[in-house]
Amino acid sequence: MSEAESASSAGDMAKAERASFDPRILVFTCNWCSYAGADLAGTSRLQYPPNARIVRTMCSGRIDPVFVLEALKDGADGVLVTGCHPGDCHYVKGNFRAEKRFHFLKMALKQLGVEEDRVRLAWVSAGEGEKFSLLIRDITEKVRELGPNPFKSSNVKST
Amino acid sequence: MEEPTIGVFVCHCGINIGGIVNVPEVVEYAKTLPNVAWAEGNLYTCSEAGLSSIKDAIKKNGLNRVVVASCTPRTHEPLFRSTCEEAGLNKYLFEMANIREQCSWVHSHEPEEATTKAKDIVRMAVARSRWLEPQDEPEVDVADSAMVIGGGISGLMAAVSMASQGFKVHLVEKEPQLGGITRRLGKIYPTLQDSSDIIDPVIKAATASENIRIYTSATLKDISGYVGNFKVSLKKGTEDTRLEVGTIVLASGALNYEPPKGSFQYGVLDKVVTQLQLEEMLTQGKLAEPERVLMIQCVGSRTGEVWTYELSDMTQSFAARLLSKILGAKKEEGWPYCSKICCMNAIKNAIRIKEQWPKAHVDILFSDLRTYKEYEDFYRRARALEVKFIRYIREIPPEITEAPDKKVKVTVYDTLAGVETEFLCDLVALSTPLCPSKEDVMLARMLKVPLGPDGFFMEAHPKLRPVDCQSDGIFIAGTACGPKDIPESIISAKAAAARASILMANRKLKTEALTADVDTDLCMGCGLCEELCPYGAHKIEGGKSKTVAALCRGCGVCAADCPRRAITMRHYSDRQILAQVEAMMT
Repeated sequence: MSEAESASSAGDMAKAERASFDPRILVFTCNWCSYAGADLAGTSRLQYPPNARIVRTMCSGRIDPVFVLEALKDGADGVLVTGCHPGDCHYVKGNFRAEKRFHFLKMALKQLGVEEDRVRLAWVSAGEGEKFSLLIRDITEKVRELGPNPFKSSNVKST
Repeated sequence: MEEPTIGVFVCHCGINIGGIVNVPEVVEYAKTLPNVAWAEGNLYTCSEAGLSSIKDAIKKNGLNRVVVASCTPRTHEPLFRSTCEEAGLNKYLFEMANIREQCSWVHSHEPEEATTKAKDIVRMAVARSRWLEPQDEPEVDVADSAMVIGGGISGLMAAVSMASQGFKVHLVEKEPQLGGITRRLGKIYPTLQDSSDIIDPVIKAATASENIRIYTSATLKDISGYVGNFKVSLKKGTEDTRLEVGTIVLASGALNYEPPKGSFQYGVLDKVVTQLQLEEMLTQGKLAEPERVLMIQCVGSRTGEVWTYELSDMTQSFAARLLSKILGAKKEEGWPYCSKICCMNAIKNAIRIKEQWPKAHVDILFSDLRTYKEYEDFYRRARALEVKFIRYIREIPPEITEAPDKKVKVTVYDTLAGVETEFLCDLVALSTPLCPSKEDVMLARMLKVPLGPDGFFMEAHPKLRPVDCQSDGIFIAGTACGPKDIPESIISAKAAAARASILMANRKLKTEALTADVDTDLCMGCGLCEELCPYGAHKIEGGKSKTVAALCRGCGVCAADCPRRAITMRHYSDRQILAQVEAMMT
């Protein structure tokens, strides 16, 4: 086997390994827009990968960055926070607050060395079932490429 | 806290869940979860049998927590909650696991994965339920007055209906005149009555009613508050008015879509008009006897184009992208849905022309003709009057060019004859759909209610709550939530009025107990909660935060930001949320 061939088969193996890895994605949805968007994806029978688990809160403004950190620590491979579009928040401006906090969370995660694509914030309205399904598809694929979450307590090697 | 004793009820929902998720397996799995004392599967948990089974299990097994794994809490949570209450259990000790909309329906080709996911969802719900606590609901007063937005047929009907029950109604219309699109119509299908027969008596009733105050040429400036206590500010001319109302009926209507300039030569040739403009010409006697009038259906509707998202790679649905790729078709401007009324409207105007001038030719070019219900007879009546119906293909749309003698030439591929045919017409009418207006976006923001994928206002549930908005106290009537004809608009207006009247007649409403609770021992009085709360529910008094429960809407922004973690959100506490997060991974 030539060097090039063996390199490519190693690449294939890594690819296959990644493909066999099923990421676990935690999704926070607000009650009014994005949870309803997720419901609409269901009533429209839009198929998406079965990797996401949804936790509902009343508003994306309820999402404490600690929840996301806890989820990563517990072993979630990716976390998606969703809320109403800017200006559409049922509670006037909760989503702006969520966005602000998310910015700081991203900075903290960067310092910890967590890949940026593992954690995402997106706006999904009650009418955007298709967008919700595409988001789940997208984050699942991105996180699959990144591989398992190295921050899961049991994945961290003791020194 | 007493030790949780949890009952889990897994619904088959006929084959909706049971056809994909292995329900018996999920039931057996639920039995292995900590604190679960009872688990069973039901064909339909929401049926009478399912509900009494929950009540029996609560009594027999001393359950103090109930988890139902079925559909979305957005539709069925109130039903299961009241079932728990009937069995003596506080309704906040109920939790729902959504294994239909968010599992079986979106993984219908992956039964194994769907079953695994359903188990996870049940485990997460059970984990949360362990930390649930009983709550008391605060009561709010409901003002016995309503605001109706829009003075078209729907708004007028809703206003008259509520006023006749003794409620004060404020009717706000942006135009100087009442009547909306109905006033612009000359005749009504299928009876060919004058539209004034319908609209005038309603306008008269509304203006005569002592309980109705009408504001025409008025603009809404701001709407705040919540069910029972909405605060509205509106402007009429230079005069500012402030209203306090208990409920709102949204009857802002729809627009008649105007094609972009150049589409089918609209705006270029003055002989090309919209169907509504033709109708106005007929009514006002501005149409001279024509030799030939041609109508084109589905102009600007059923374009296959979907609502665009901001993400560039998500701008079109997969099907629409595929279709445009295969056909190499140009991106058509317009709306994706069928507007429902255009076929009947075209037939109505065709009949009007034929009855007035029997020698005139009327041709209707359609891609699909949809004359549902009794309107099939209306279609036959037009056929009997020798109105010609010619099917065109969407991908080969009719072409319009200028012709001598102030005529317009229409060239179309006639699918029945299999040849290209030319028509010399005196007038071409484009049947354009009803569409949402740009102002709807502003209105939706003011009211904090969502717009659906087509841009119309979205109902809380298309079948179970067709005139309710997702936000309590706001109801939708008429074409604000999609194309409707006059009878359908009136039905929805009366339904919306009835729904609003229930709230106003009761005068009091129990609101959800999802409020903030401050632990004064932990609070250091920094004032961040006071600064962040959009409702002014937090006040710093004596160096500690105090919550005004009546003002708190339960968003939880304060709890997430409190540096001392001194704020607990009732029913959405950190402990409850984290229990779910933790359970997802175990």
